[in-house]
Amino acid sequence: MLCKRIIPCLDCDLAVPEGRVVKGVEFKQIRYAGIPWQLAKKYYEDGADEIVFLDITASHERRETMIHIIEKTAENVFVPLTVGGGIRTVEDAKKVFNAGADKVSINTAAIQNPNLVNEISKYFGSQACVVAIDAKRRYVKSPDEAEDKIVVKTSEGYCWFECSIYGGRKFTGVDAIKWAMEVEERGAGEILLTSMDRDGTVEGYDLILTGEVSRRVNIPVIASGGCGTLKHIYEVFTKTQATAALAASIFHYGTYSIKEVKEYLAGRGVRVRLE
Amino acid sequence: MGNIRSVYNAFKYLKAEVDVVENPQKLELEKSLLVIPGVGAFEDGIKNLQPFIPKIFEAIDLGVPVLGICIGFQMFFEESEESKNVKGLGLIKGKVVKIKTKLKLPHIGWNRLEIVKPNCPIFRGIEDGYVYFAHSYHAIPEDKNVIAAKTEYGCNVTAAVWKDNLYGVQFHPEKSGRIGLKILKNFLGLEVNHAL
Repeated sequence: MLCKRIIPCLDCDLAVPEGRVVKGVEFKQIRYAGIPWQLAKKYYEDGADEIVFLDITASHERRETMIHIIEKTAENVFVPLTVGGGIRTVEDAKKVFNAGADKVSINTAAIQNPNLVNEISKYFGSQACVVAIDAKRRYVKSPDEAEDKIVVKTSEGYCWFECSIYGGRKFTGVDAIKWAMEVEERGAGEILLTSMDRDGTVEGYDLILTGEVSRRVNIPVIASGGCGTLKHIYEVFTKTQATAALAASIFHYGTYSIKEVKEYLAGRGVRVRLE
Repeated sequence: MGNIRSVYNAFKYLKAEVDVVENPQKLELEKSLLVIPGVGAFEDGIKNLQPFIPKIFEAIDLGVPVLGICIGFQMFFEESEESKNVKGLGLIKGKVVKIKTKLKLPHIGWNRLEIVKPNCPIFRGIEDGYVYFAHSYHAIPEDKNVIAAKTEYGCNVTAAVWKDNLYGVQFHPEKSGRIGLKILKNFLGLEVNHAL
């Protein structure tokens, strides 16, 4: 049987030449956390099951610089490395794979051109194609108010989930749950599901969002956004069908080490990989 | 496809001299160990491998240790359900079939490696542990004796085979943390077997 995966996430920009890892709160205020390749190496050595590297500059002319940073990062990581941010074509994906990525994560370009999911999964295999979905709750008074959407009941009332693109800067009107099911059909191998309401808040994963998506698709769902305590990770694994949990803040700022997270989970009967 | 760089990085990390060979004429078998990586579909793998096939057969005859990873390993067999119009290398009798499980496919993630042949040189000094898999098909050898390791995913999945100087792993040792690196290190320690 498979282990539940613990995945640290590096949001990287190019404010300094060697790149830097930053962390936002609800996709806005930004804090500095370290140098990409150094943090990646540290997390690998500490037992991360996978590492996600997101290029948040998304500026095309600096792509080459970011490719070098990915190369350097990949040289020190012997668990799967997923790279996302600014990948718009199969050619872009190819460059990232050649730099040492094992999977690519696509978001904005996939929503604008859903065929990209088919193309990338056909060319590189489903296992290498991760679709990232950034979802935000949209509350409605009753399910009738959003007839074409999947509306769910939460403790705060009814809501549906809207996909955003461009790192949370633009909303699309696309239903995140429906989109998740569509990308599975198109060949995506995994879904990286981020709650925009929870991202950076350390209040816990959105269990409703994660639960609804993970029970409706057959591919692995990586829960993301809001992790602040060990209990949050335990909850997302026991209350939803997520197979991986992504976190940034708790690792970057040393709240917990990856080893501590895994020992906590193992002690409560969750199967994890301990080296 | 895709993971060549990862395999390269892992061997570099182990201080090996690595050449990514694009021209089969440049393969110097006498001094080498051969690694056939691969992620993607069986058919593409076979097509990409086509120019190298004579050299691979030569390497096996010379007793050069050969390691196939993922699709590189599946191509050792005669055929695959994934791509019925192409033939495999036929180095090991048997075929590659879709994993018969009720669980989610592809089988992606860390699963327990159960070593059934502890004397297999690439598993020297390794106890059962977790390794990284990413696949939907697996190999069923006719001779079960060649199976060196397996894993459980709602059914038995062939994780590794060993036949003379031929080693194949379904998982990705280059992405399996310390255990994976140890397997690759063991492979690097192998020598050409002149007795073959």
